Amino acid sequence: MIEFKNVRKAFGKRVVLDDLSIVIPPGKITFIIGKSGEGKSVTIKNLMGLMHPDRGEIVVDGEDITRLDEEQLRLYRRKFGMLFQNAALFDSMTVGENVIFPLREHTRQPLPAMLERVEQVLALVGLPGIQHKYPTELSTGEKKRVGLARALVTKPKFLLYDEPTTGMDPLVSEMIDGLIVQINRDVPGVSSIVISHDLKAALATAENIVMLYQGKVALAGSPQDFRKTKDLVVRQFFSGSVEGPMEFL
Amino acid sequence: MPVRTAEIAVNWLGVETTARLVEIGKFFVYVGDVLKQSVRKPMRTSLVFQQLEFIGNQSLNIILLTGFFTGAVFGLQIGGIFQIFKAEGLMGAATAKALTRELAPLMTGFLISGRVGSAMTAELATMRVNEQIDAMEAMGVDPINYLVVPRFIASLAIIPLLCVVFIFIGVIGAYATGVWIFRVDVGIFIEKMTQIVNMTDIWNGLEKSAVFAVLMSLIACRYGLRASGGAKGVGIATTNSVVVSLLAILCFDVFLTYAQVKF
Repeated sequence: MIEFKNVRKAFGKRVVLDDLSIVIPPGKITFIIGKSGEGKSVTIKNLMGLMHPDRGEIVVDGEDITRLDEEQLRLYRRKFGMLFQNAALFDSMTVGENVIFPLREHTRQPLPAMLERVEQVLALVGLPGIQHKYPTELSTGEKKRVGLARALVTKPKFLLYDEPTTGMDPLVSEMIDGLIVQINRDVPGVSSIVISHDLKAALATAENIVMLYQGKVALAGSPQDFRKTKDLVVRQFFSGSVEGPMEFL
Repeated sequence: MPVRTAEIAVNWLGVETTARLVEIGKFFVYVGDVLKQSVRKPMRTSLVFQQLEFIGNQSLNIILLTGFFTGAVFGLQIGGIFQIFKAEGLMGAATAKALTRELAPLMTGFLISGRVGSAMTAELATMRVNEQIDAMEAMGVDPINYLVVPRFIASLAIIPLLCVVFIFIGVIGAYATGVWIFRVDVGIFIEKMTQIVNMTDIWNGLEKSAVFAVLMSLIACRYGLRASGGAKGVGIATTNSVVVSLLAILCFDVFLTYAQVKF
C-alpha cells in the first residue's frame, strides 16, 4: 500500500502539494486526475523519490521513503516500472536493447533467460518479434507499448503510467486503456497508478480515483462516487466547462 | 529616486552573485560525484570502449590534418624569421618546442571541444529533454555512472594520445617546410630538435592535454544533463558548453603554463 501523509511541496512561493494525504490501495488500478498544473506529475516524482517533499511522509509498504538516502532510493525504485508520457525509449538502442536494459542493470540472469523474458513481455503488449527495430521505426502507439514492455520486464510491484493516452487517437487510447486493465489482471500482485486528465478513461478503467485540486484531494473514491458527487469542482471537471468554481492558472 | 535605483542595482548584484556561487558549488558537487562514480562498480568497459572509438578513432583524421598544417605553417613563420639571422637550422627545434609545450595540447583541446564536446552535450541534452534520463533514473540507474563516467574516462585516456599524434604529425609538417622550402639539412633539423626538445616538454604538453580532457568532458556532460526546453534548449546547451569549454581551456592554460615555467 502507498500512503501520502500531509505531504507539502512548493516551488518558490507556489505550493503544488498542500498537506496532501492520499491512500493508494494494493492490487488495484488507481487514477490520479486533475487539470494541468495541479501536481499530478509532482506526486509521482515524489513517490519515485526523484523529488523530495518539503515535509510529510510517503509510506510505501510500511517504509517512509522520505528518510531514504540516494543509494537506498535507487534500490527502492526497482519496485516500480514507469511508462513515460512519450515512452522515453533510448533512441540509440533497438527495441530489444531497450526492453532488456533494466534486466541487464539489475539482475544477473543468463542472457538466454533475459531474451526469453523480453520476448514474453513484448508478446504481452502485442508486439512480438520486433526486438531488432529502432524506436524511430515505430508508431506512437507502438512506442508506448514498448515502453510498457520495458516497465514490465523486471516484474515490478507498482506500475506507473504518466499520461498514457495524451495526444493519442481514440483507437490507440482505447487500446492502451485495455492494456492497463489486462496487465493489472494478468500480472499477479501488481498495482497500477495512472496519471491522467482523461476522465472518461478513468471512469471506464479505474477501480479507485483521486482528484487533485489546488494541491489537495478534491475527491477520492470509486468511479460510482465520482458519478454521484455533487461537488461543484469535480462536476465542472466532468463537464469540461470553463464556467464554474474551478480556478485556471 | 537615485537611492531606489542603487538599491535595485545592489539587490540585483547580490542575487546574481549568489546564483553564480550556487552554480559553482553545484558544479563541484557534480565533479565529486563523477570522481566517486568513476571508481564504483559497475565498471562499464564496453561503454568506455565505445567512447574511445568515438573520441579517438573518429577524431584522428581531423587531428592528422590540423596537426600537419599547424606544423607546416608554424615552420614557415619561424623559418622566415630565423632566415634573417641565418639560423634556419633551428626552425625544426623551435617548432617542435612550441608544438609539444603549447600548440598541440591547446589545438587538440579546441578541436576535441568542437567535435566531441558538442556531440556529448547534444546527445545528453536530447536524452534529457526527451525524458530518457528521467527514465534511466526511474529504473534505478545513475545517469552519472552510465552516461558521464564512460565519457570522462575515455576522454582522459585518449585525448593525451591524440595530442601525441598531433605533435608527431606537426613535426612532420615542419620538417616538410624546413627541408623542402628553407633547404635545411635533414641531419641538422633532427639534431637541433632532439637537443632542444626534451622529455619535460613532452610531459608538460601531456599534462595540459589531460587537464583539458577533464575540463572538456565534465563541462560537456554537465551542460547536457542540465538542458531543458526542447530543441532550442539542446541548441543553447550545446553552444554554451563549447564556449565555456574553450574559455576554461584557455584560462587553465595560463595557470598551467605559469606553474610549469615557475616550478
